[in-house]
Amino acid sequence: MHILVVIKQVPDLVEELEINSDGTALDPDCISPTLNEFDDHALEEALLLKEAVGAQVTVLGIDATGELDQALYTAMAKGADRAKKIVGDFDEETHLSSHARARLLAEAIKPIGYDFVFVGVQAVDDLDGQVAPMLATHLGVPHVGVVTAVHPINGVVSIQKEYWAGIMAEMDVTPPAVLGIQAARQSPRYAPVSKVRQISKEATIEEIEAGEVDERLVVPVRRMYLPESSGRAEFIEGEPGEVADAILNLLRERGIK
Amino acid sequence: MAQDIFVIAEHLKGSLTEGTFEILGAARTLAGTTGGSVVGVVLGQGVEPLAGQMVAADRVLVANDAALADFTPEAYLAVLEPLIRQHQPRLTMLLNTSFGMDLAAALSERLSLPLVAYCKKLETENGAVVATSQIYGGKVNAECVLEGPGIVSVLTGSFPADAGRAGSAPAIETVPLPASLNGRKVQFKTLIEPEVGDVDITRSDIIVAVGRGIQSQDNIGTAEELAQALGGVVASSRPVTDAGWLPRSRQVGKSGMSVKPRLYLALGISGAPEHLEGMKDAGLIIAVNTDPNAPIFGVAHYGVVADLFDVTESLIEKL
Ligand SMILES: Cc1cc2nc3c(=O)[nH]c(=O)nc-3n(C[C@H](O)[C@H](O)[C@H](O)COP(=O)(O)OP(=O)(O)OC[C@H]3O[C@@H](n4cnc5c(N)ncnc54)[C@H](O)[C@@H]3O)c2cc1C
Repeated sequence: MHILVVIKQVPDLVEELEINSDGTALDPDCISPTLNEFDDHALEEALLLKEAVGAQVTVLGIDATGELDQALYTAMAKGADRAKKIVGDFDEETHLSSHARARLLAEAIKPIGYDFVFVGVQAVDDLDGQVAPMLATHLGVPHVGVVTAVHPINGVVSIQKEYWAGIMAEMDVTPPAVLGIQAARQSPRYAPVSKVRQISKEATIEEIEAGEVDERLVVPVRRMYLPESSGRAEFIEGEPGEVADAILNLLRERGIK
Repeated sequence: MAQDIFVIAEHLKGSLTEGTFEILGAARTLAGTTGGSVVGVVLGQGVEPLAGQMVAADRVLVANDAALADFTPEAYLAVLEPLIRQHQPRLTMLLNTSFGMDLAAALSERLSLPLVAYCKKLETENGAVVATSQIYGGKVNAECVLEGPGIVSVLTGSFPADAGRAGSAPAIETVPLPASLNGRKVQFKTLIEPEVGDVDITRSDIIVAVGRGIQSQDNIGTAEELAQALGGVVASSRPVTDAGWLPRSRQVGKSGMSVKPRLYLALGISGAPEHLEGMKDAGLIIAVNTDPNAPIFGVAHYGVVADLFDVTESLIEKL
């Protein structure tokens, strides 16, 4: 079994976000890239299959920021067999849409043989939708998203897909297929820094030239803004003791405590 | 292009979901200015009674087949793609749920229609549909303009469901199906009901909810202590159950439980839209977070910008 894991970097939400001067996108200068957390789960699920049934795992990403290497080396340090990156003349000011990403990925993936492509179910910047179903469309293979477990049985995989209110579905998927991974069966593993460093010296990342960036289906953003996050909350200030008193007062006033 | 608005219904275990009524209501409002009809679309087996419940629609298109009895993205797409291609609605509305996420993005590519995902607000302006999407974990809003036909996937809880329950019996039309829905690569097997947990968080009036800010399993005990002192139970956001620090039955949000306690004390939870879906209607929401820009403060009644451990310890001391 060969699993391709697609990873991408997204703005770290721990950092303060700022909007660019024309008010239509994030200010690229305030973005610090971090791996999409659901892609980390996609990689983990693939590595679990490597351990269980000897799956080959290739990680692949679009190097839109020139900063993807570290994430690819980290994936290899965790156990991925190979890494590839799609390189091209990407404009740093322009956010690559999901549609554009899906097309670039499909072109790169078509010549590579695979049984499954695992992609994080969503990313925080998926304004125009999730990449996995679009990628599956370009590849002409089926897709299932919100997947939380993948078990190979007799040439198919049995997957669990989360619905809502704790309800899940079990489905069988015949490869080749694209799966949008919500969560791996266990927390994503860590790679020791020393190992990542060693891999980055020894391993090579294969480069794939990007095709045309297709912005056909980009939805024009008229205005991007930070909502008043404090729109509703009344803030309680003071030392922890004072805060605790204020909270307990609120509860007593309302007969909760 | 017709001016019609398509509303793709969701149902599970014989009932339409609450979200379906929410987007039906939103479609009704939009149709008031765009002038088209609201057209419900229900796929399944023996689903005419569900179609009849979509009273806020003018018409409901029904696709009936054994292969559609349970949701699979593959079979649903095989029906929806030609249907939308044929009718060319002004807007196709889905929910940004486990079903809708599989469909909306695929339909967008297959039909070359733009998609606005994570939509939580819809307006019309000079004939254009303006869809506001909530991205970056709820920290940023983006207003997108759909001048022509397009698709939106709507966050659950964005519109009142009542508006989608008002109206009279819609006309029901059965649509022809594509040649074969069998022999598909994705086969539905079974539904898995949630394991019954040690506590039912949906029944508790007082919830102390912990997020990734709790940092480790060792600290769950502190939250338990506080919950006990308050006479409530501990619940959590997704990363905490994903890590196995608490059982799945304690998860609040989109794929977990929806709760409506009298008190929801959110400790170290950022307030991603998927979490808010499950708790935003709580009677009193108090949030403690070190990040003053955390979106949780957008739904909380009271906010504390502080370290959750300091506040928790002080509360335990005083109780
Ligand atoms: C299909 C799907 C379904 C999902 N379903 C759910 C669901 O049911 N429930 C759910 O919760 N999520 C769900 N998610 C995940 C969701 O997108 C978020 O990833 C998740 O809610 C984030 O959890 P969090 O707030 O605990 O973590 P984070 O977003 O990492 O936030 C942690 C917060 O803690 C704060 N913090 C850190 N340290 C401290 C401290 N010492 N004191 C105070 N504050 C501190 C930080 O400032 C931050 O705001 C779903 C996602 C998808 C794609």
